[in-house]
Amino acid sequence: MADASQVDALYQEIILDHYKQKHGSGLRDPFESEVHHVNPTCGDEVTLRVHLDAGTVSDVSYDAVGCSISQASASVLNDLVVGKPVDDAFATLDAFQALMQGKGEVEPDEDVLEDGIAFAGVAQFPARVKCALLSWMAFKDATSQALSTQEDA
Amino acid sequence: MTSYDVEAVRKDFPILERTLAGDHPLVYLDSANTSHKPRQVVEAIEQHYLQHNANVARAMHQLGAEASEAFELGRTKVAGFIGAGRREEVVFTKNASEALNLVARVLGDAGTVGEGDEVVISEMEHHSNIVPWQLLTERTGATLRWFGVTDQGRLDLDDLDTLVTERTKVVSLTWVSNMLGTINPVERVIARAHEVGALVVIDGSQAVPQIPVDVSSLGADFVAFTGHKMVGPTGIGVLWGRYDLLASLPPFLGGGEMIETVTMERSTFAAPPHRFEAGTPPIAQSVGLGAAVDYLSALGMENVAAHEQAITAYALERMQEVDGLTVVGPREAVQRGGAISFTLDDVHPHDVAQLLDSRGVAVRAGHHCAKPAHQRFGVQSTTRASFYLYTTEAEIDALVEAIRHTQQYFGGR
Ligand SMILES: Cc1ncc(COP(=O)(O)O)c(C=O)c1O
Repeated sequence: MADASQVDALYQEIILDHYKQKHGSGLRDPFESEVHHVNPTCGDEVTLRVHLDAGTVSDVSYDAVGCSISQASASVLNDLVVGKPVDDAFATLDAFQALMQGKGEVEPDEDVLEDGIAFAGVAQFPARVKCALLSWMAFKDATSQALSTQEDA
Repeated sequence: MTSYDVEAVRKDFPILERTLAGDHPLVYLDSANTSHKPRQVVEAIEQHYLQHNANVARAMHQLGAEASEAFELGRTKVAGFIGAGRREEVVFTKNASEALNLVARVLGDAGTVGEGDEVVISEMEHHSNIVPWQLLTERTGATLRWFGVTDQGRLDLDDLDTLVTERTKVVSLTWVSNMLGTINPVERVIARAHEVGALVVIDGSQAVPQIPVDVSSLGADFVAFTGHKMVGPTGIGVLWGRYDLLASLPPFLGGGEMIETVTMERSTFAAPPHRFEAGTPPIAQSVGLGAAVDYLSALGMENVAAHEQAITAYALERMQEVDGLTVVGPREAVQRGGAISFTLDDVHPHDVAQLLDSRGVAVRAGHHCAKPAHQRFGVQSTTRASFYLYTTEAEIDALVEAIRHTQQYFGGR
């Protein structure tokens, strides 16, 4: 199911650029929650911290080991959600998840996903969707935890 | 390798003639994961379902008798193939994992392993030979201890005498590592274990498919393996055990076929192997596995092993010509099976496998169900190429060529 042209669609320049030059990589303080997610099939791992400030995602910092797709997607996540209100960040997450799980039939909205549209080709590779979603799911988990501890406080 | 004609062998495996996307011929280098099946095996299973299908043991009609006979014939063939003293020593399970879980469970239930006792395994085990022992030792209050692995990927036996002691009740060890490819000196470990009265379980999942095995002279107490890695079908595995030992152990699962009699108060249990085979067994799979061992015997396991050895030596040499490629495991083809795990500088294994796949080269990437072994070598994952009786030198060349392409793809863009 994967000849050379599909592989090129998977490994877009943008993805390889993010992979080589990750945005926002490394773990930073302050943060309200930290999570560790793994992809049990291939062993990709991410430790991810979220810092919220008055309803805005003011930092997402992470330490990730894994393939180019999982690393690049963490970098794009950082670009897309940092500085956004939590609701907007979650809307972006929904759009990215819909694209990944859309089996190639979802048309990505560049205004929402920016560099994230480069991941459209990933949707054709079921085994790689989990790689692309790893850090996004970690972000969702960490943010939900941060929100609920804030409510408790 | 005069008598071994790999091209003739390949004709028995129609799947090897497939071409994949982009018109690339399939280069299947994932046989340690599962092997392909020759026509002879598939046809035996087809014939069974189309002409002799019935349930075993409990059906009183003619087809039932035929099916029972076919099922038990599979057991006889497997027993012969591994040199078992009696056919009743062959217990059918659904795979090697179930066979290993079976031993670990019943040894605990029998009280063979209890509080203060020790079980010894190795750092190079497949998760199927780790987790059941973790569960057993947690359940019983016993301690799990580990053989290390040397930098060369060999089993570290320096502390054999301090690791395997009077406290040891079970040693469970892989014969051939599915990740490193190492063939372990199991005889030495068996000798030491028996000196201190411990039982020995051998995970033969990668050994039985590629080297001649004679369980009677091996000296182990149990050997587990799995049908699908030895040109047989999925859904069937084997636990071989010494008969007197099997006969002394309690049942594993309860149900039909494993009883002698059942009353509302209690049940008594059938003799081995049926004691350990609750419910409708893998009938057609036994027929298929019987055909598989017939196939392997016709080729001759010495020839299969020699081919594996030669192709592994060729692959080790060719692969290590590639700059930036590091073999994780023994680097020369000595006491080594046909699985080669490697890393490639600056390209993640998942990406390597993807690029190879785009060239029709099928390999495995990840931790290969051997996370402790990966941890031992400080890698999170590897790419693994594995070979079998149908692998050719031309396929190794295609692998090396595709690896170089991968390096250019990620380095040159
Ligand atoms: C060494 C080893 N042990 C156990 C297993 C488990 O085999 P199965 O998945 O058929 O239970 C495998 C195969 O993956 C293996 O390579």
